[in-house]
Amino acid sequence: MSLTTSTLSPENAVFRHVIPAGEPYLFEVKAGQTLRLLDLEGNQAVDTLFYSASNPRERYDAQRTLRRQNKVYLSTGTVLYSNVGNPLLTIVADTCGRHDTLGGACAQESNTVRYALGKRYMHSCRDNFLCACLNDGRMNKRDISANINFFMNVPVTPEGGLTFEDGLSAPGKYVELRAEMDVIVLISNCPQLNNPCNGWNPTPAEVLVWN
Amino acid sequence: MTSENLELQAALYREAVPGGGHTSFILKRGQVLRITDVEGGANVSVMLLNAHQPSERLNLPDTLKGQHTFRLTAGQCLYSDMGRVLAAIVTDTCGWHDSVGGLLNAEEVHKKYGAGRYQELRNGFFRNGVDNMLVEIGKWNLDLHDLLMVLNLFSKVTVDAEGGFHFVPGNSRPGDYVELYAPMDTLVVMTALQHPMDPAPAYAPRPVELAWSQAQSEGIASACRNSRPENARAFHNTERLYI
Repeated sequence: MSLTTSTLSPENAVFRHVIPAGEPYLFEVKAGQTLRLLDLEGNQAVDTLFYSASNPRERYDAQRTLRRQNKVYLSTGTVLYSNVGNPLLTIVADTCGRHDTLGGACAQESNTVRYALGKRYMHSCRDNFLCACLNDGRMNKRDISANINFFMNVPVTPEGGLTFEDGLSAPGKYVELRAEMDVIVLISNCPQLNNPCNGWNPTPAEVLVWN
Repeated sequence: MTSENLELQAALYREAVPGGGHTSFILKRGQVLRITDVEGGANVSVMLLNAHQPSERLNLPDTLKGQHTFRLTAGQCLYSDMGRVLAAIVTDTCGWHDSVGGLLNAEEVHKKYGAGRYQELRNGFFRNGVDNMLVEIGKWNLDLHDLLMVLNLFSKVTVDAEGGFHFVPGNSRPGDYVELYAPMDTLVVMTALQHPMDPAPAYAPRPVELAWSQAQSEGIASACRNSRPENARAFHNTERLYI
């Protein structure tokens, strides 16, 4: 695992926004701009989906992205491909080293399966995704596909097991992506309290954009 | 893992799907679909959706994390995004089905296998998984929205310590089969094409045979239901559809 730092300086960012713990955020990044996702306090899963701004039916495709890089973890150099085969964004810097795209997003319904029927009424990422999509109006439930969990560590074993390990992230770790086309970015700053994906303590995350 | 099938049940129907073929149908609640790799080395890409509300569909991340697995085999369940069991893998003679390889599109197939047009090859033309799935879901008035992660039956892709993928040839032998039990009415969409990571250079998709039967009791899925508490809760959520 190799880490890549960025030379971009936060004071030169054209846009900055702190997403409080547990909240959704939907915004756009233009082709050529660089997006940084910053784990402010450490071990915060940032559940993220990307869509083509000109046609939101074109969206991030986890299986194609993994297949084309022939590797299960995302890091510097990973090209995020769309469901029609175009590059959406490229990861250009990463001080965390490993990001997950197999674990998906938490949901009321999956919480009932994973933990207990009584967990249905806890807040979740897919509720955040739906809320942001339906308020925006360009996407709906059918557009919510398998997402990226930035800063999450979900190792796959040679025997085919899937494990959830303590995060590799820490306060100030970040990942940077260069947009290859105009994209809609849909984030749920994960509110999960039932497993260690947020270190049992969901915290804020920041987005920064440079021209 | 193979669960012995003690029930005598005649198939309701059988159908051969040629290599490259695509089909879709509703597997009704209580039915079992057996998919057999006739020649060995087949791959079947599969989508599963709620037949009555197809915005509910197979969610592979929920399926994998809920069962702490990357490979899929007997005793496991295929979850929808709504926490229900679209199908339970009640029998599997092959041992590993892939969750990661996805589908190739027309451009990727052309790059991998070269040109293979209908004009020259007639029905032997080079088909691709994305178009086959789009055509098939289009018949149910679904579209690109609805094309999500697919399962690739009969194929095995392992992950090494660094996270690299390795396609394992020879995972499925002639006659290997997998049986899916539907505890709800499930729209099954499938195409029999080579696995996207199969390094074989020639376009040569293998045929499979489908056989439908009626489960004599829901006990057929008890091993899946009881294999872990998550599955018991997912079956519970499924049964709530029918109260």
